[in-house]
Amino acid sequence: MDNFSTLIGGIAGDGINEAGLTVARLFSRLGYHIYMYYDYPSLIRGGHNFSIVRASRQKIAAHMDQIDVLIALNQETVEKHLSRLKHSSFVIYDADKVKLDDTMHRGCGLNITQILKEATAPPVMKNSCIIGGYCKVVGLDWPILEDVLKKHIPKMHELNMQVARQGYDQAVQFCGIDRSADSHFEKQTQKPIITGNQAISLGLIKAGLGAYVAYPMTPSSSVLDFMAKYGPEVGLKVIHPESEIAVMLMAQGFAYAGVKAAIGTSGGGFCLMTEGLSLAGMAEMPVVVVMAQRTGPSTGLPTYTAQSDLHFVLNAGQGEFPRFIVAPGDAEEAYFWAGLALNLAWKFQVPAFILTDKIVSESQYSFDIDKAGDLTSGRKEQASQAPVLWDGQGEYKRYRYTNTGVSPLAFPPQKGQVIKTNSYTHDESGITSEDPQITRETCDKRQRKGQFLDADLERYETVKVFGNEKSKTALLCWGSNKGVCIEAALKLGLRVIFVLVLSPFPERKLKSALQGVERLLAVECNSTGQLARLAGFYGIKTRTEF
Amino acid sequence: MNPKDLATIAKNTWCPGCGNFSIMSALRMVLAELDSEGFPVENVVLVSGIGCHAKIVDYMNVNSFYSIHGRTLPAAFAIKIANPHLKVICFSGDGDSLAEGLDHLIFAAKRNVDITMILHDNRVYGLTTGQYTPTSPQGFKGKSTPTGTREHPLNPLELMLVSGASYIARGYTHGIEQLQKLFKEAILHKGFSFVDVLQVCVSYNNQYESYNKWTYTVQGNDDSSFEEAQKIIRSWNYDRSEVPIPLGKFYEIDAERFDQSFPEYEPNLSEIDSKIKMLLENFI
Repeated sequence: MDNFSTLIGGIAGDGINEAGLTVARLFSRLGYHIYMYYDYPSLIRGGHNFSIVRASRQKIAAHMDQIDVLIALNQETVEKHLSRLKHSSFVIYDADKVKLDDTMHRGCGLNITQILKEATAPPVMKNSCIIGGYCKVVGLDWPILEDVLKKHIPKMHELNMQVARQGYDQAVQFCGIDRSADSHFEKQTQKPIITGNQAISLGLIKAGLGAYVAYPMTPSSSVLDFMAKYGPEVGLKVIHPESEIAVMLMAQGFAYAGVKAAIGTSGGGFCLMTEGLSLAGMAEMPVVVVMAQRTGPSTGLPTYTAQSDLHFVLNAGQGEFPRFIVAPGDAEEAYFWAGLALNLAWKFQVPAFILTDKIVSESQYSFDIDKAGDLTSGRKEQASQAPVLWDGQGEYKRYRYTNTGVSPLAFPPQKGQVIKTNSYTHDESGITSEDPQITRETCDKRQRKGQFLDADLERYETVKVFGNEKSKTALLCWGSNKGVCIEAALKLGLRVIFVLVLSPFPERKLKSALQGVERLLAVECNSTGQLARLAGFYGIKTRTEF
Repeated sequence: MNPKDLATIAKNTWCPGCGNFSIMSALRMVLAELDSEGFPVENVVLVSGIGCHAKIVDYMNVNSFYSIHGRTLPAAFAIKIANPHLKVICFSGDGDSLAEGLDHLIFAAKRNVDITMILHDNRVYGLTTGQYTPTSPQGFKGKSTPTGTREHPLNPLELMLVSGASYIARGYTHGIEQLQKLFKEAILHKGFSFVDVLQVCVSYNNQYESYNKWTYTVQGNDDSSFEEAQKIIRSWNYDRSEVPIPLGKFYEIDAERFDQSFPEYEPNLSEIDSKIKMLLENFI
């Protein structure tokens, strides 16, 4: 099979995310590429949660609406997702909780309550039980499930396996996914399955992150959780302070002292950070912001996606200062560009954004680190990604004027030298000034850095073209829409133009990618066409339909 | 080191007679003294907010982070966590850290992080030319409260005591020797140290006469006692002026610090790749 989609649904608190991951890992062990979308409302218990796990022979970054197998832990799951079933689909369900019209749909029910009761197993093991049944349904070999459960749910393994086996024995076989997979395509070696947020975390760590500071906010919180759990092993200082205002200032305290820091938030938290962002612009502080979008305005839909903060991030903060913004479209891009964002922030002493959304941040992807791109190793940067450090000669001036606008960095303590940073307009040494000439010099200095950054980005693929490169019709997209646009374009014979870096805007590369395009369709998760509007500023006309 | 060596070329723009001059003089003397006693001045970082107080960093030839209004403490906190060998001293105004940045002040005390906060408490907004602040007395007639503020003031020392600050003192800009003593103690104290300085603003809130009449220095108090410190601190609440105003060190204890929770550990950089590979194993 080219593609196989499974939906598992239940109530919040059922462990649907983990159950989805178990299904994903089964297919990963067969050599499939994985994408998993996880849907949950903003509550802790109750409500409907579901995961859609898609396994494919090709690299994917989107789920499909239609599914092959539905795993239903409650009646609501069946009712909500019936429309996703194809003629050939199959339903496996908890027969104690779910009634299925078997004149309409093929399926099999398991007596999960009874199985758990007989085994005196805790309620959470219903997931293992039904996934055991699922393995029989799709014809997955038993040792694969044993391997996955042993590794990822080691607690009470024997009992878990017993319950899963009961589910397996009670179920009926419906198709044989593994055998067709074995023989007909080139399997990839087993890859880790991680979220975009985890990929971002790893990219930052790889590039030499020293501190991560964040106040939790969906869908960025899992960066904080990951860093707090694994960061100490790689020497990371992880702090969760009183507010996003404190977060933004702490990042700059770290930067002042020479520690590379990153922070994370979503739209509402970023509102609070804008005051400090402007400080970073004036004080030329390298700071990396993971900005994970969700539906706004205001509290909006906390756990659902949107691409409606592009112009906010482009323009946030009073005054004018350069900034770097990248919007990765999958896990490999998230890893590479997060690390590069950190290095660029330090090389150019500017704020850098990794702009994601709920989809990129929280979806699970098969992740191939070897294909993600060459990031600098640890804190020893390659020359092209390295910050400019003071050579120790003469008097140190934090804001020394240079051709590139970038002043060499030094960190306290420096014997006999003084390192001054300042939110006011300041002279080269960092002392406040209201002199018109100095005001102009510092403004030009900041703009020069932006131009230098723009020129430096020439070496990277900041605009990517996919699909039929000769097509006169192209889809223009950014961020999480990359995967779905590529698939649609391949089916329809269209060109895809994916804009990866949004600031400095890659005007030349985008115009080059547009050569021969007569009709340009913007595909965005917002109501006003934010990338289309940005491109319009550079004279690029898109067709926007709502 | 001569305290004069700590001056910069920046032109001083404080009003003649401003209490900030005393704070700066005391600070220069203390830093010069500490430098000669083995705490080199290059290990000191000054962090200020925005307001008249904040100009102090332009006038001090010392490492500095001139932050934004109300935001001294989070920057200072991170500098200390980044490099525990640095001495981080914050300067803030009563508007700066009791209004705009109050949450950071409470959290800095709560974490008892090893930094010093010197509050230039002139009880008026000077740089914006005369509005009431959180420590102005009820009835204070400022530009934003022409008929007198209806609020009672905050007692910042009481707030610091209950929030977990481990060194609490009050000075007065007419007592420069006492300021030196308190600043030095506060800087050497391990933990969050808070010095409230009654700083006279000659232009908008000249309290010289009142402070000269009512201030006194506490003697023989048990500064390890929370109850005794609380009693002294509560004896003047910033509202009434016709009562004795205590000065001196009110509280000092040795308490667990947040910055102790970060081991001084630098990862082996050559191991980053293998650590990431190992980490990814968890997700296969």
